[in-house]
Amino acid sequence: MPDLTRPGPENQRHRIRPLYSRPAKPLVFPILLLAPAVVLFAVFVIYPILKTIALSFYSWNGLSQPRFVGFANYRELAADPVFLIALTNSLLWLAAYMAAPVLGLGLALLTSQQLAPMRLIRAMFFLPYVISQAVIALVFGWFLNSEFGLLNALLHAIGLPSIHPLESERFSILAAITAGLWLQAAYCMMLYLAGLSLLDRDLIAAARLDNIGALTLFRKVIAPQLRPATFIVLMVTIVGALRNFDLIAIMTLGGPYDSSTVLAYFAYEQAFSSSQRLGYAAAISTVLFAMVWGFVGPLLLYMLASEKT
Amino acid sequence: VNSNASDPAPRRIWQEVIRDFQSAHPGITVVLNTYDHESYKKALPGWLTGTAPDVVFWNAGQRMRQFVEPGLLRDVSAIFTPPIRALLNEGAIDLVTVGGHQFGVPFALYPISLYLRRDLLEKAGVKLPIKSWNDLLSACVALRHAGVTPVAIGTRDLWPAAAWFDQIDLRLNGPDFHADLMAGRVPYNDQRVRAVFGKWKELIDAGCFLNSHASLSWQEAQLVMNQGRAAMMLMGNFIVPNFPPELLDRIELAPFPLIDRDVIPAEEAPVNSLHIPSAAKNPEEAEIFLAYVLQQQVQERLARGLAMIPVNRDAGISDDRLLKAGIEQIAGVTRLSQYYDRDSEPALALVGMKAFQEFMMHPERLDTLLDRIEKSRQTVVR
Repeated sequence: MPDLTRPGPENQRHRIRPLYSRPAKPLVFPILLLAPAVVLFAVFVIYPILKTIALSFYSWNGLSQPRFVGFANYRELAADPVFLIALTNSLLWLAAYMAAPVLGLGLALLTSQQLAPMRLIRAMFFLPYVISQAVIALVFGWFLNSEFGLLNALLHAIGLPSIHPLESERFSILAAITAGLWLQAAYCMMLYLAGLSLLDRDLIAAARLDNIGALTLFRKVIAPQLRPATFIVLMVTIVGALRNFDLIAIMTLGGPYDSSTVLAYFAYEQAFSSSQRLGYAAAISTVLFAMVWGFVGPLLLYMLASEKT
Repeated sequence: VNSNASDPAPRRIWQEVIRDFQSAHPGITVVLNTYDHESYKKALPGWLTGTAPDVVFWNAGQRMRQFVEPGLLRDVSAIFTPPIRALLNEGAIDLVTVGGHQFGVPFALYPISLYLRRDLLEKAGVKLPIKSWNDLLSACVALRHAGVTPVAIGTRDLWPAAAWFDQIDLRLNGPDFHADLMAGRVPYNDQRVRAVFGKWKELIDAGCFLNSHASLSWQEAQLVMNQGRAAMMLMGNFIVPNFPPELLDRIELAPFPLIDRDVIPAEEAPVNSLHIPSAAKNPEEAEIFLAYVLQQQVQERLARGLAMIPVNRDAGISDDRLLKAGIEQIAGVTRLSQYYDRDSEPALALVGMKAFQEFMMHPERLDTLLDRIEKSRQTVVR
């Protein structure tokens, strides 16, 4: 049967060219459509990134004339003990956040069961993500407050000694990470729930007919179909871990002293608190930028490669 | 006029002052733009270098000097005629002076004092007033014995710890040394700086400070004091409104205890000030306004409304016991110091204040901490 929708040789002969189509310039329309996004992206994302990288080679307090200092900011960073703390804490945060996809998947599998109370339970688990991070940080801060916090009141009520995680150079970062993990697990759960809803029901039904066990069902049938979701989950978790700022800024201010600072907060502090060392802050941001790419880049490449096949 | 007096009471007072100024000077119209403190701090450099208002609110000392050096503030020495000078607190004039010229007008100051709960101290058997260093130390011991935390302090925001450093240094080494140290002219591993930490450690060892200070804001620390679990606090008089009314007559105010009687008396009292940007469009009118703010009745009204101490010595407050005590604390003093983070280079102040907090928790790390501050001093002061 001849395909009349395609311009075959004889169709083409009789074809009337529509007035509004201009095959001579086929690119104009897509370019016009893309332009606003591209311009905004270039002005508000690409330019600031390049400017920040450039600024990292200058010494500037926001008022003075910027002075070119070459790699001096980076040399200073390498010798700065606070930078080492921030870097360690950021990596610790990243490592701890890897629990979020696992927790999220577990919660998603649990709450996707077709049972009546699960809707409510799912909503409860997702609730933290609806609330702003700043509010979560405040609530956790109050909860853990050593003089007036609920946690110590509870511990006291059951006869346990009070704890003071936010004053401890060892535990204040862990307190912030815990608050973050609570949020991130909820987010991962939601992404996995979306992934689970896209599962091929026929495959699962077929597997059930073959009477295979739950574990094998998950490993051989469900997990492979969740791969795209897993990529996204990993990516947002890595980025979320490294760029984290709000929890530290509100819960600990990087303290006590610098013990709980992370790269993003350290950069902010150097730039905008009283310090006003914008060049130095730009160098910290550049390192953070490179780190994010170091972790996300390979993942992205792997994902693109596996999508092609 | 760009202002950072964004809290309701100060804002209303300034509106009143401006209304009266306009009726006294019908030819001049004043527009007051009020911003919150943090955004004000960030926007000020932009105003001074760009489209400048005629008058800006700011702080004296290093905070002002950083703008005087690049020539962003107008020399207003003309206002400071000998009769005007005679009226004002010398220390406050000092703080707006760079190279013999004045670059702003101080309008109010708030001394840092020791606020005490008389009831708790008496219950623990402490005799008031606390005047000497040993009085303070023995008060700490007695209060701990009575199960009360001697000093409420919250160092989460770092600067409350700096008040202790400043005060001990002023009492031990005097205002000249303190000014040199703040200006970065003295290394931090100097014996005299070590001596300050040595004195501070005596207080730490006597169990003076609230254990959980590192994670508390000063407001939370004051709440501990309001609840009767702590007896003293070293703060500016902006804490007074946060005392519950029924507690107020049990609160006493004392200057920081003396350590060495031969040291020149000086007080820590941050000064709030008005300045004219170099790029102002109506500098003459702005100067008239600045001079107006120094007048006695304006000073009294501001002091009352802002709950701060006037810089005009003729201005008197008779009906507020704690403000009056603050005025007395400043009265005989010719030397004022600003706050650590207003006097030092900002980048150095941040490193220093974090070290103070760490020292309060780990006094044994003093050597490392001093090395760290000293290293920062060397990079900052060049």
